[in-house]
Parts: sequence; structure tokens; C-alpha cells
Amino acid sequence: MLKILQNLDRRWIFLTMFVAVSVPLIMGTTFPETPSDQVLAVFDAVDNLPDGSNIVMALDYDPASAGELQPMASAFTRHCALKKHNIYFMTLWPQGINMIQGSIDILNDEYPETYKGKYGTKYVNLGFRAGNEGVIKLVVEDLKKSYTTDIHGTNLDNIPLTKNLKNIQQVDLLANVSAGYPGSQEWVLYGSSPFDIPTVVGCTGVQAPIMLPYIPDQLTGILAAIKGAAEYEQAIINHYPDLAENPKAKEGLIRMGPQLVAHVLLISLIVLGNVIYFMERRQGTA
Amino acid sequence: MKRTVPLLISAVTGFVLIGTAFIPMFEEWGNDAMAWFNLLAAFAFILGGGNLLKMQLQKISAQQAGWGYAAVTLIAFFVTLFVGLAKVGVHPNAKFPEYSWSGNYLEEGGAFWWFFEYIFTPLSATMFALLAFYISSAAFRAFRAKNTEATILLIIAVIVLLGRTYASEWLTGGFPNEPIFGEGGITYSDFKLDHLSQIIMDDFTTPGMRAIKIGIALGVASTSLKVLLGVDRSYLGSDQEA
Repeated sequence: MLKILQNLDRRWIFLTMFVAVSVPLIMGTTFPETPSDQVLAVFDAVDNLPDGSNIVMALDYDPASAGELQPMASAFTRHCALKKHNIYFMTLWPQGINMIQGSIDILNDEYPETYKGKYGTKYVNLGFRAGNEGVIKLVVEDLKKSYTTDIHGTNLDNIPLTKNLKNIQQVDLLANVSAGYPGSQEWVLYGSSPFDIPTVVGCTGVQAPIMLPYIPDQLTGILAAIKGAAEYEQAIINHYPDLAENPKAKEGLIRMGPQLVAHVLLISLIVLGNVIYFMERRQGTA
Repeated sequence: MKRTVPLLISAVTGFVLIGTAFIPMFEEWGNDAMAWFNLLAAFAFILGGGNLLKMQLQKISAQQAGWGYAAVTLIAFFVTLFVGLAKVGVHPNAKFPEYSWSGNYLEEGGAFWWFFEYIFTPLSATMFALLAFYISSAAFRAFRAKNTEATILLIIAVIVLLGRTYASEWLTGGFPNEPIFGEGGITYSDFKLDHLSQIIMDDFTTPGMRAIKIGIALGVASTSLKVLLGVDRSYLGSDQEA
């Protein structure tokens, strides 16, 4: 038995992981989530604003991280739409333009009465600008020095939402979803912290320990990894029960099923690996 | 001259940007400097493209191992560049129907959009998803309790892995909210996995990260000052090039 385990072909492990992830995903298994204090802080930051407040939504990620971050971006978008907030989309990642389009599709398809045909008055897409933290430094002080036009080439002075916007210190909340650099940390260092802009972020699991030290002074709240997204979706559904009927509003909750099985499998593999190790040690072969 | 001018540009720009935090008059200068920086960053994309071409062409001409991949990279680069610049499959903007190139290059249904949606997105997601398989293999082969530190790491990993899923509710959800010893103090529910996971993040990870960040910030400040004062000139290249 020990010999079989010692020489176990790793393709069997790959196959086990594939089954562990795909079965709960296909079955759509979900589990109830209880929103944590950090997630409730994010929820309150969006929900406690008066209807029609101005929110900058910076989506700094690409398709590689979309599996983890898209549910957060979608949940932010739906929550803002339920509150009829005005949304300014922008990105520091070239691939982020397509991620923004996903959120705009949600506004137009799911909340047509508030957003369809209201580009420029209810939402605006500023698109991508090169320069990483350089862009942040400019938009927090002088937006039009960095963005003279929106993504369609329309001058910001001709768009009702941006006509009188000097910089994003004037907005009510900054919501950032980020997969790394440039992203959440740069928004905190160059945006929210020096100018006291209320900020909430959604980030990948590996970024969470980097962002936690900024809570609660520089950062109002954080959604960490798919667990954070699932808890945020649950918090929104708890307050807006009609959303429970929309399966697209449970992307994060659905992905917690595969996460549970994958984590249990990982622990089983660690335990099994250590059993082999101690058996080898007893035999004097380790 | 080759080193003095860049040194001066760095020093003046750097000190102006530091000044923006303290002197209101410097704010506008700082914004101008950042606008120039952003322009330069946009040009860096062209430099990046040029560098990619140079490296891949060198590989192909020298017939280095894996030169075929370099050829695939170049073909993909040029095809994507062409469909993006030529706006293949993009309809003219409704406001300017007479100009065939007036449409958005990312328009749904266009070639560039199709490339992004059906080639780039699945490839990127696949590469990232492969991590799950390699992590599972590594968990089986490398994560061993060889000494005290590794054992502590293992226990913490198990708590966090379970505490971040519904498994914590299954395994420890039934722990009562009753004190273990007498009145007050520690309760059984304090040992719920999700609570332990939160304690690890709040009381160990966060203070540790704060200490690291303060150290990094002090290091960055001192290195930046050395660069701005011209003490550290390594970013300008070696002395031989001067």
C-alpha cells in the first residue's frame, strides 16, 4: 500500500481535483453564507448612501482573475443599480475594458428602467488610461488632465455626469475590484488615504493580507476572494429578497460549493502525504 | 551629459512631487509631471511591442530551442494588431456612417472582440485554473510536517482552509456559546473554525503585514531619497555607459 501511494501518478490527483471541482459546479450546490463584519461594512458603505449618489467603480482585473472577481464586480453593480446610484466606470488594466462591459450589460439588461439609454446621465465609461498610479494621482486631483474624453471619444465637458466633475474627491464612494498591480493598494495609497475618499475594495485571496492593514481607517471594508463575494451576494439578497430569483446574482454563492470540496480534498491530500512521510520515517526511508 | 540630464529630470520631478504634499503652489506642477508620466507610460506599450518583436525574431533567426513558439507569438501579435487597428468586422459609428473606421474597435461581433472573448479569455482562465491542479499535487508531495515550524504552518493552513468554507459550520457549528471554565472567559463557540480563522487573520496576519509594510515604506523612502539626491545612480545603467 505504502509503495502504491509513494509512486502515485500525479495525474490521479489532477483527475480527483477535476471531479471535486466540476461535480458541485454542475450540480449548482450552494450553502448559506453569513456576511462577516468586513462584508457588512462594504454593504453599508453602498447601501447607506442616498439614492442616486455618485460612485466610481474601478475594475482593475483581467479574464484570468474573472473567476474570482467577476462575482464581486457584478454584485457591486447590482447593489449600485438597486440604489439607482450614478456610476463612473474606469480601469487601469487594458483588459479591464471588457470587464467593464460586463457590468454595463448588467445595468442595461437587468435594470433597463434606470439605466437603459441613460449613458452619460446615469453611468459613464471612462475606459483605460496607461500610467498605473500616475493615473490615480491625476484623477483624484484633476480628472480632465488624465481623461479628456470617455471611451467613445466624447469630450467629458459634453457628458452631464462629468461636465462639472473636477476630480473624484467629489464622488461619494470609490469601489475598486482588483487582481493585483495596479489596483486596490495603489487606490488606497494615492486616492483614498491622502484625500479621505470613502473606499471599499474587492480583491483576490492572495491580496487580502496586503489590504487588511488598511482597515478601518484608510479602507471602509473589503471583500476577500470568492468567499467575500458570496457573503456580499448573501447580504444583498437578505436586504433585497427579489434578487434571490435571479440566478446570475448568486455566482459567488455557487462557486463556494467547488471551493468547499476542493479545500477538503487539499486537506485530505496533505494528511495523506504526511501519513506516507511518517510511515517512511518509521521505516527509515524518509 | 548622458547621465546629468536624466539625473536632473529625476531630481526636479521627484522633489516637485514631494513638494505637492506640503506646498499648494506645487500642486499644479505635480499634476503636469504626472500627465507627462502617463504619456510616457503610453509610449512604453510601443517600446514593449518593439522589444517583443526583437526578442522573438532573435530566437527564430538563431533557431533556438522552442523557436516555433516564438513564431506563434509573432503571428498572434501581428494578427491581433491588424484586426484591432483595421477594426475588422466593426460597423461604422451611427453618428458618422460615412467613415468606415469610425466604429469602436471593441464592438460586439467584431474580430477583435471575438479574439478577446473566445481566445484570450478562455486561454487566460485556463492558465489560471491550472494552479488548482499544481497546488493539489504540491499539497500531496511537499507539505510535510518535518519540523515544528512546518507543523504550525500546516495546522494554520488547515484551520484557514476549512474556516473559509461551509465545512466550518458542519464541523464546529454546534459548539455552544457557553463558558468552558466558570462564568465569562473563553466559550466553546470561540473554537469554531471560522472564528479561529478570523483570529489568525486579525491578530497574526494583519499586525505582521503592518510591520512589513512600515519596513517597506521606510526602505522605499530612503531609496527614493538616494535616487533623487543622485547617490544611487544604478537606474541609469552601469558607469561604463556614462
